[in-house]
Amino acid sequence: MAADTLFHRITDYANRADPYPLYAELRESGVTRQQDGSYLVGAYHEIAALLHDPRISSDRRNRTAADAAATCEEDLPVSFIAMDDPEHNRLRRLAMRPFGPPHTPGRIDAMHGEIARIADELIAGLRGKDRIDVVDDFAYPLPVTVICRLLGVPREDEPRFHAWTQEIIASFDPTPGEDLAERQRSGLESRRTMGRYLGELAEKRRGHPSDDMLSAFVNDEGPDGRLTQPEIMATSVLLLIAGHETTVNLITNGVLTLLRHPEELERLRRRPELMPRAVEELLRYEPPVQMLPQRSPLADIEVLGTTVPKGAPLILVLASGNRDPLRFRDPDRFDPTREDNRHLGFGSGVHSCFGAPLARLEVQLALTTLIRHLDNPRLVEDPPPYRRSPVLRGPRHLPIERDTTGT
Amino acid sequence: MSGDLRDGRIVIVGASLAGLRAAETLREKGFAGSLTLVGEDPRPPYDRPPLSKQVLLGRVPAEDTGLPLRRPVDAQWKLGVRATGLDPIEKRVLLANGEQLPFDRLLITTGTRARPWPNPAEAALDGVFTLRTSEDAGRIAERLDAGPRRVLVIGAGFTGSEIASACRERGLDVTVAERGPAPLVGALGGSFGALAAKLQRAHGVDLRCGVTVTALTGNGRLTGAELSDGSRIEADIAVVALGAIRNTEWLAESGLAAGPRGLACDAGCRAFNMYGIVTDDVFVAGDVARFPHPLFEYQLLSLEHWGNAVEQAEVAAHNMVSPGPLRRPHLAVPAFWSSQFGLNIKSVGVPTFSDQVVLAQGSPKEARLVAVYGYRGRVTAAVSVNQAKSLEYYQRLIETAAPFPPEPVGTDRPEPMTPVPSDVPDPAVLSHGPTVALTGHLPDRRLTLVRR
Repeated sequence: MAADTLFHRITDYANRADPYPLYAELRESGVTRQQDGSYLVGAYHEIAALLHDPRISSDRRNRTAADAAATCEEDLPVSFIAMDDPEHNRLRRLAMRPFGPPHTPGRIDAMHGEIARIADELIAGLRGKDRIDVVDDFAYPLPVTVICRLLGVPREDEPRFHAWTQEIIASFDPTPGEDLAERQRSGLESRRTMGRYLGELAEKRRGHPSDDMLSAFVNDEGPDGRLTQPEIMATSVLLLIAGHETTVNLITNGVLTLLRHPEELERLRRRPELMPRAVEELLRYEPPVQMLPQRSPLADIEVLGTTVPKGAPLILVLASGNRDPLRFRDPDRFDPTREDNRHLGFGSGVHSCFGAPLARLEVQLALTTLIRHLDNPRLVEDPPPYRRSPVLRGPRHLPIERDTTGT
Repeated sequence: MSGDLRDGRIVIVGASLAGLRAAETLREKGFAGSLTLVGEDPRPPYDRPPLSKQVLLGRVPAEDTGLPLRRPVDAQWKLGVRATGLDPIEKRVLLANGEQLPFDRLLITTGTRARPWPNPAEAALDGVFTLRTSEDAGRIAERLDAGPRRVLVIGAGFTGSEIASACRERGLDVTVAERGPAPLVGALGGSFGALAAKLQRAHGVDLRCGVTVTALTGNGRLTGAELSDGSRIEADIAVVALGAIRNTEWLAESGLAAGPRGLACDAGCRAFNMYGIVTDDVFVAGDVARFPHPLFEYQLLSLEHWGNAVEQAEVAAHNMVSPGPLRRPHLAVPAFWSSQFGLNIKSVGVPTFSDQVVLAQGSPKEARLVAVYGYRGRVTAAVSVNQAKSLEYYQRLIETAAPFPPEPVGTDRPEPMTPVPSDVPDPAVLSHGPTVALTGHLPDRRLTLVRR
């Protein structure tokens, strides 16, 4: 079978602004082996089935060709996103204890006021500016501030963990190329540094409990015990990164999409109660996590008539599944009132997004607040410049102009 | 044709979950005629799953369980009035208040009611309850608030087990008396039941299996009970959880195929008459329906499942306003859930349609598992404990009649996987309340006529 170049084209930076025609091609072509040996799946029903399939591993150590990203060391284990049950289950449960139900059901709801205030403060800081970068001025600082408060990380340390985060994200970018091994090495180094940093923050709270998750990790003990120090490091690196990188993109993709559909923006401004459903549509239409690059089968499996061999990289292109006409009517239309919208924006199955309830609330509040204060907003550049990653896809900057009379 | 179907008079008898969802679907599909809903319960449609959970725990008031309206239904509501008969020739529903409702098409969603305690004098004792309506739940919750010395739960099916769980969570002493060998046996079989028994005892339930309650005692007010093993217990409250009775008595003279096991219908929710001839203007959905399912050898299934009420009502409503070729079958794989003793239990398929069961995923010690059921070498059901996200995979195995025992897969499973008998009780001797009843022939026996 001739190797396909589709994955190469999807990861090619030139196609970052609009990968959707390539996804359509992917759905047409079924499941094929790519040049680098990986297999891509882009059809909704197959992705959904694979996300629930216990034969699919998230642990890169199960790959035939293990890479640096799979490295697991005593002092810094991989995080639960890259593990399988039962270990994944234990760690995720322990991490969930201070975050959500059943142990802490009210946590996210209780953050409503604070998130709204953070959004208002950011908007207030933009007074008088008729040109805004949605990313730097709003979409980035908002979730960073929220996740810092939630975890208990000093906001002023942002420049430090921002640099580490960028290295780590680059290491998970599966774009084939010569620098992949190098990116994975420096990503690992950054994980280690960031893990130490967060581990120390947690350690300082031992015996001095405060109302944040790092404190809960060291001080609270449930029926399953508690996380070990290395597990705290790995878990909090994951939560800090996943807690803002994806949300930045969802907010920015949201603003971009609404500016491209001004009639919908106007409708949401008039009727903010439609926002929750609009955010679900954004998660379908422009999901911040475009694909899950780290799965592989534990046995030879058949997907759409193709055998994917045990240990091969299996890449689930969620953003393609979200546009599958076999699942969604008129899938390329942005319809904020869409019904029956079981998108794959948060994945599905045992690894479904840990922070989804927080992300939903943040983005609903962020977009509602922002569009309320934008008078006659206009895109300066369309498409805007994108970040490099094809996985966590979103604009690097989103410059817009607005009228400032009255604000 | 389809223009006519969008018009006319539709009556829905039974104004709970299935009736409401059907009404919404009818309007969604463009039905523009007159719509009437009849319900015996005076309250507008409410959700029942919380009644044995959050309401008993006192977290949600019983009256706050109303079902949200997904869209306006523009219907005439006749609540607090019971349907007493059906005249299929004149096409009228007869009501207890003497009123007659003419219809062009009828949907029957009368559901079930709690099986009462068989001795009326004992049932009338103050402190003896059944749990089916929100009023029941509110009254029991009130009594639990008062801090009874001991609660007796009669029957350890899902409802009984959830009641016991709520009592323990409130710190109340509770005795559960179960006629079968273990809790949940009727729905999940003996192997799973043994697990459930351990769980209940670990949570401090005084669980007595293989016994029946022979008498409830008291003088106006319940003071205790006598058990078939000669023991007596003291209790201020007894909740009778002996399963449900299908509300079909009002159809006795209707000529429809209605009986204690429900009202039989075809895959498109059209009711059969007593000769097995399908009607074209009477439809049925929800707990009261028994319908053939191809995955289970076309046996007639009666399901007391929330999800089935919704799905079947939507199919019935669609078919009521669609011409023949556009009608849809009701083929959803049965599914239900329960929460008790801190565990989330979820089931897909029909566990009672099985001869063997195997632990396929997780670990009972960690109270986290998937058990897969099979019948004659194919997968027919799967039940998860705190592993609900794993069930979709097994649902696919059920849908494709995959071989049983299933191939060992994944990283989270016992080694080796050894199937054991599922130990499902014979439906002919069902004591009470399986949430799925196979109402056709037994999987491994010839059909025999049962006379009541």
